[in-house]
Amino acid sequence: MSNTGFNQFRGDVNTERIKYIADPQLRNIVNVSIALGRPLLVKGEPGTGKTLLAHAIAEALGKRLIIWNIKSTTEAIDGCYMYDTVQRLNDSRFGSDERNVDNIKDYITLGPLGEAFVSNEQVVLLIDEVDKADIEFPNDLLQELDVMEFYVKETKEFVRANTRPIVIITSNNEKELPDAFLRRCVFHWIEFPSKEFMAEICNLHYPNLKQNLLDQCLKHFYALRAITKIRKLPSTSELLDWIGVLLKSGISIDELKKGIPFLGVLIKKEKDVELALEKVKFPT
Amino acid sequence: MFVDYFYYLKERLPVSITEYMTLMEALDKGLIHNMVEFYYISRSILCKNEHHFDIYDIAFANYFKNASLKFPEEIKQQIWDWLEKDLNPPELPDGFQEFLSQHFDLEELQKHFEELLKKQDDEHNFGHHWIGTQGDSRFGHSGQNPMGMRVGGSSGMRMAIQIAQKRIFADYRKDIVLDTRQIKVALKRLRKLEEIGKRDELNIDKTIDKTAKNGGDIDIVFEKRRKNNVKLILLMDVGGSMTPYASLVNLLFSAANNMSHWKDFKYYYFHNCIYESLYFNAQRNPDEAIEFDEFLRKYDNKYKVVIVGDAAMASWELTERYGSIYYYHRNELPGIYYIKELANHFKNNVVWLNPELIRLEWVPWTRKIISSIIPMFNLTVDGIEESMDYLRKSGKDMYTTIQMLKGLNY
Repeated sequence: MSNTGFNQFRGDVNTERIKYIADPQLRNIVNVSIALGRPLLVKGEPGTGKTLLAHAIAEALGKRLIIWNIKSTTEAIDGCYMYDTVQRLNDSRFGSDERNVDNIKDYITLGPLGEAFVSNEQVVLLIDEVDKADIEFPNDLLQELDVMEFYVKETKEFVRANTRPIVIITSNNEKELPDAFLRRCVFHWIEFPSKEFMAEICNLHYPNLKQNLLDQCLKHFYALRAITKIRKLPSTSELLDWIGVLLKSGISIDELKKGIPFLGVLIKKEKDVELALEKVKFPT
Repeated sequence: MFVDYFYYLKERLPVSITEYMTLMEALDKGLIHNMVEFYYISRSILCKNEHHFDIYDIAFANYFKNASLKFPEEIKQQIWDWLEKDLNPPELPDGFQEFLSQHFDLEELQKHFEELLKKQDDEHNFGHHWIGTQGDSRFGHSGQNPMGMRVGGSSGMRMAIQIAQKRIFADYRKDIVLDTRQIKVALKRLRKLEEIGKRDELNIDKTIDKTAKNGGDIDIVFEKRRKNNVKLILLMDVGGSMTPYASLVNLLFSAANNMSHWKDFKYYYFHNCIYESLYFNAQRNPDEAIEFDEFLRKYDNKYKVVIVGDAAMASWELTERYGSIYYYHRNELPGIYYIKELANHFKNNVVWLNPELIRLEWVPWTRKIISSIIPMFNLTVDGIEESMDYLRKSGKDMYTTIQMLKGLNY
């Protein structure tokens, strides 16, 4: 297929700032969602690199990344624009050299969504943790994400996207998202990496890591993950941190074989630590 | 060409026409190159919940394994067009194609392939007959039969079906599709906004008013933020007769628990009837429990209490001393005492949700008694809404199913 602009994202990024590999399925879906101009909704276990994906895409395609972090108080309008009434009121009283009180536009600042729309070049827009906000929040974004425009009622103007941004939305499944919102997205569930793929990921982050050390680390790691009762299973990001700690401490492979040092890096809940200690050895 | 596929899925999954059109767009733009990609991309576009992935897997495998045999000719042809991409003609030596066409009819080959596909259920490698890898059957890949048909490898229908057949998403499946979203929306009705914290929210209308009255001199009005002040306690029956409703109760629990909406949210468990202890978890370990009296001391009547249970038990569990279902559990006071205490303490701030739908024709005796003390609602989206309205208004102006029940003679 000789589709121009398709297959842009190759799936692996290895730069100073970002090291990331996507499995082939994820890579395909990213490219499909770019080609279709639909937002990509990514879900998956915590620590499987959902947020990092957007960073990696921006890095790989050399595009600007705009991040919209969603909080429990975030409203859809926050992403579009903000009208600073207090500043205007203040300026009307005391005057301003920079702003003209009669010009309402001087008091309108664009939010992340607005900025992504007005940018002349295509940008990557990350809407992070969309499930954090109120349950109705995604419904308020339908028009914005569908047609990629919104209306500024103060100036009676539309802000339209010059080029459709690449939209990546992440969710941690805290709330279910409305169907109308889901219909407009392409959805991907990031599977937990297999042992082989995990080895690849570790090698990318720690290129000098010895093979036998890595094997032992992965053995411990997957043994921990096999304990089904653990509530917060260790994830990729925790494994990478843990390997980092091991390397810094200069631990030998023999010591590592005896048990799991620095268990706290992998397991964060007290009850889980107890469970883990029952099942796996701990060096004394 | 995939209309059949769409309707096949639609019978099993909530897929919409918009999504189907998106899939068509993806095909039209040439974004899908083989069956494996088709499996993943159609899943991404049509199936928006990982809990549905398993149903998708089964549907996908069945549709392309069985139904494909009954495809109309033109659809079959289109699917075969894809598979043919894997035939690798450029790698064949000169004249080989000709040789092939003389000795092997593609149609015959396809027919054979379909038959095999129908018969074959497992993976077959190093074989002579079945489709698989590294053998010398005429089908498969990395094999030695020069007249063979490449099937699978990195792509191909068989591979896609195999991925689907692995059903790795079986664990994510939830058969009750009554999603927590609906329940959450229902729970949201219970809201009592109260002012909290510092005066840090600007009231524009009042500011403009005051400024105007002030002759243009700015007079900014800040107000306290309003926040939901509802404190909720959930009491859940985990008795044997509740087992069929366990997932429903879980759903309610996780919906209530995940809402950032409450000022305070507490939950306790009980078995069949409430006695002198309420338990912290469903295992009802006596060490992890709160005494009933302490419970009343700890939570004043500002708390809203939702009890979930079927209120169906033996009459003595409710009315007799030592009536508890556990032989060793010697309750000095009958269960009804505790129910009445709850009602007295929390007044109109307590409701009972019943997963066994309330029918007027047949009401267990204990349910009649309990519902005459604590208003009872169905554990359905409607029932939750109704009960939340009741709690919000603290029982004022409410006519419920229960009022009808109350009038029944028993």
